[in-house]
Amino acid sequence: MSDPRQRVSPAPVAERARALEEALVAKEIVPEGFIDMVTARAEQELSPRNGARVVARAWVDVGYRARLLADGTAACAELGFHGPQGEYIVVLENTPTLHNVIVCTQCSCTAWPVLGLPPDWYKSPEYRARVVREPRALLREMGLDLPEGVTIRVWDTTAETRYMVLPLRPPGTEGWSEEQLAGIVTREAMIGVAKIDVS
Amino acid sequence: MDGIHDLGGMSGFGAVNVERGEPVFHQTWEGRVFGLNALGVAVLTAYNVDEYRHSVERMDPVHYLAASYYERMLTGIATLLVEKGVVTHAELEARAGGRFPISRPVAPSRSIDVSPRESARFAVGDTAVVRDIHPAGHTRVPRYVRGKRGVVVHVAPRFSFPDAAAHGSPLRLEHTYHVQFQAAELWAEAAASNEVVIVDLWDSYLEVGS
Repeated sequence: MSDPRQRVSPAPVAERARALEEALVAKEIVPEGFIDMVTARAEQELSPRNGARVVARAWVDVGYRARLLADGTAACAELGFHGPQGEYIVVLENTPTLHNVIVCTQCSCTAWPVLGLPPDWYKSPEYRARVVREPRALLREMGLDLPEGVTIRVWDTTAETRYMVLPLRPPGTEGWSEEQLAGIVTREAMIGVAKIDVS
Repeated sequence: MDGIHDLGGMSGFGAVNVERGEPVFHQTWEGRVFGLNALGVAVLTAYNVDEYRHSVERMDPVHYLAASYYERMLTGIATLLVEKGVVTHAELEARAGGRFPISRPVAPSRSIDVSPRESARFAVGDTAVVRDIHPAGHTRVPRYVRGKRGVVVHVAPRFSFPDAAAHGSPLRLEHTYHVQFQAAELWAEAAASNEVVIVDLWDSYLEVGS
């Protein structure tokens, strides 16, 4: 009945999505505007730009940096970033000799308030299978070539902690404003698959 | 369950492709499906997040690997709403104008049987061994750490135990621990000495190590 290998192809996925929404609307259990509201929130409020502001603040304010590493949830909330999938945030500090990288091997868990909804590559079987087993080789493939002497810590998001990497501040950014710094922080760097480079 | 979703450490997968400037949703229907999941959990309270994860895990493995993330989400939501009697499978297929694959049923004997762990048994620096368990239902202990020995590096607050919550059991709160495993403990032959994996594990998944 629901064997995907049976000969009849499934209805196109967009048609299946429409069918489910219409079935629920027909039962009058979908509040007016609810789906639009959730979608708009995901697109506008849950953004890696939020995490970039956290990182930039930590780069310029040693007190904030200390609070962020001691209690990520509270320090992110200081800047207004909290909510679903951000109930317990732990921030992982990169150093010249230690690199952190985040994954959710079983599904897609991510710190939504600071990283936004996760990108497709983060949810792919390829990333989930490989990063816990061959992190150095995979990161190199993805363009991050870490020296052999750098320790790699891979964090698997298997329970309720949501992680964010605090990347190294790149050389050449001395004297930059917090806003300028926030502009160069990428989601990939806050997951740990890229470094930030301004050269 | 020892399902297809538990991908950590599997061999044979290829390149990871990062899309520059990726949009939050690639297609309009993906955003609708994300909204429908929020509806199911928060408005209809038809299911909880653990039941949702398990509904995706129960997809046919071939379908799981071939489907996009939001197709998996759609399949999980539809499965739960059919199982809970909110909609019928026949109605969905009629409205879709074709076949609408849903996940396989929940296994009859589901959870590991352990007594609740209300207080933390481990502190930072303690050695822990992951129980070699294979529950037929939902669990969040990945296969690649079962039977493996690690060191607790952080004690997190108590959170709802998913093996119970996914199957309608009363709320049961337990601490989770960030347990650090040396790569050589997990992957033996090929592992580098300066690579570690940290896995966030509920108390019930662990035994005291020596």
